Amino acid sequence: MKKLSGQFIAAAVMAVSLFLSGCGKPHEDTIKVGEFASLTGSEATFGQSSHNGTQLAVDELNAAGGVLGKKIQLLTEDDQSQAGQSATAVRKLISSDGVVAMLGEVASSRSLEAAPICQQNKIPMISPSSTNPKVTQVGDFIFRVCFLDSFQGGKVLAGFANNTLKARSVAVLKDVKSDYSVGLAKFFEDGFTAGSERNIIVEQNYSGGDKDFNAQLTSIKAANPDAIFVPGYYTEVGLIAIQARQLGITVPIFGGDGWESPVLVSIGGAALEGDYFSTHFSPDDVSPTAQDFVKHFKEKFGTAPDSMSALGYDSAMILADAMKRAGTTDGVKVRDALAAEKDFHGVSGNITIDPDRNASKSAVIVVIKDGEFKYVETISP
Amino acid sequence: MSEFFQQLINGLALGSILALIALGYTMVYGILRFINFAHGDVFMLGAFAGFYLAPKVATVLPLPSIGGGLAVMTISMAICAVIGIVIEKLAYRPLRKRPKLTVLITAIGVSLLIEYTCQNSHVFGAAPKSFPLLIPDYPLKLGTLSLNSNQIIVLAVTLALLLALRFIVLKTKIGMAMRALAFNPEAAALMGINTDVVISFTFGLGSALAAAAGILFAVNYPSIDPLMGILPGLKAFVAAVLGGIGNLPGAALGGIIIGVTETFVAGYISSTYRDAIAFGILILILLVRPSGLLGKKEIEKV
Repeated sequence: MKKLSGQFIAAAVMAVSLFLSGCGKPHEDTIKVGEFASLTGSEATFGQSSHNGTQLAVDELNAAGGVLGKKIQLLTEDDQSQAGQSATAVRKLISSDGVVAMLGEVASSRSLEAAPICQQNKIPMISPSSTNPKVTQVGDFIFRVCFLDSFQGGKVLAGFANNTLKARSVAVLKDVKSDYSVGLAKFFEDGFTAGSERNIIVEQNYSGGDKDFNAQLTSIKAANPDAIFVPGYYTEVGLIAIQARQLGITVPIFGGDGWESPVLVSIGGAALEGDYFSTHFSPDDVSPTAQDFVKHFKEKFGTAPDSMSALGYDSAMILADAMKRAGTTDGVKVRDALAAEKDFHGVSGNITIDPDRNASKSAVIVVIKDGEFKYVETISP
Repeated sequence: MSEFFQQLINGLALGSILALIALGYTMVYGILRFINFAHGDVFMLGAFAGFYLAPKVATVLPLPSIGGGLAVMTISMAICAVIGIVIEKLAYRPLRKRPKLTVLITAIGVSLLIEYTCQNSHVFGAAPKSFPLLIPDYPLKLGTLSLNSNQIIVLAVTLALLLALRFIVLKTKIGMAMRALAFNPEAAALMGINTDVVISFTFGLGSALAAAAGILFAVNYPSIDPLMGILPGLKAFVAAVLGGIGNLPGAALGGIIIGVTETFVAGYISSTYRDAIAFGILILILLVRPSGLLGKKEIEKV
């Protein structure tokens, strides 16, 4: 023990001195922006897509001379898609790296973890794609550039099920472990059952990471719904579709933006044909901003961007725009500039920040046809 | 009523996969009195070996086909057997004379090391991958009941491997050495048994079983990722304990019971609390039979 404690003290002294020398820099010639993302773990493809979009935005901003005459330095921390990790990552970014603004995360549950820390430290935080309403309710420093689950579930998907699918009874299969899935299911149910003669015939649950859904699907089949709503993530949706079709369920399955990933179709294959989901962005969008983005993204990463990349890109661009208009990187002033954002021409549509710091913008519905996502319709707020 | 039988089929299909994983757990425990927590990760590595082998095998044998599927499974079983032997040599052998708890913690460490190394984008990457079709898949209809040919294959392979394992352990020379080692390692060594070879063999065999389970799991649930082994591994471990850890038919029985209980709980009681209720029932069973359903009572000498 004696020997150990000696080593420990030496290590501690070294750690502290390193820490102090790191903090002691008198002036900064870059703007440090923090990003926390799920680069590994169960939602890694979302995190990586979003991160690629953000990285592209930062590279483009720096190539054009940076913001306020300084280059942007993007500091990215991986939260491994795990509860608890994003709080740690954000604390580190703020206290030891000294970032002036925060970008992240895709998953609402992890944004909710980080938001109170940013709020407390007066660091503006922009979530690219957390759609749960609670995220921006944390405080006046928390923003987002995507639409809300209340809009996606209550208006877009409920309207789609009613008008396009002409469904009267819908079964819901949701992921109880995810705030996103539970929230989206509730908004959909409220919106859908608001009309007469429409009901949720059966509601079943699973936990993210499950592989076997036969038990729930067998119960759903026995209830004989017109359509099945699965507000989950693509990792499970592909398997759910396969097992549903194996059990002889033929009605359409539909869901939200959590479905969007090329992996969805490679897992689900033919079982997903004719199924629908709502999302933020379609590479078929003809606007010049969107087409430029698609082109640059393909040049840098070799694949077409998805919604997460588009939103990751917009989150960094809207932050840069706010800093330019504020003329400073001071947290309070950047927050005020963000709150005043109107008709920002983002690649995922025109973004206006509403009084609750949420983005007011349109959603698209896509269908899975021949293994590809085909644009169906745009639904505006 | 047809819903009830459909749920029973669902439960048996799920349970037979858990049984297959549990066989490997219980065999290693039966011989070495040590729970290899990395078993679930070797299971994952087996599925990934299949994923990378399939395109190579497809150039020689047609895929999907029974022959091609068997070839992929055999090669990945061999690969995982080697991995299992290496893990034992590097991580567990140096600790053989240490308390069991040390080895157990090391096993958890090995498990985490494999999981997070494989999530690195230069290894497998964290994103789920879709598993190729290895064995032709035929839907079978029994009236209103739906069944899948792959589900029957899993059940058949589980039974076949169970019999093969029993044969190896009870009828072969190496099996006799394994049992001698399980009975008393020091005495076995004094009798001229090369304990290192026997332990390596046990790990190789257990890991090959895990690989077979991984491939069959991926055939049934064609989405694989580096963390796919955690939950099935945990449930299979519980299945092994429920059946009486160290007992091969017990592991198979435990797996089936867990699969069926879980499915009925999810289908009829609550899908939210499926694991909680299913595991609650298991705790009740273990309260009545602490050494598991088929386990022998062990009297510890003090």
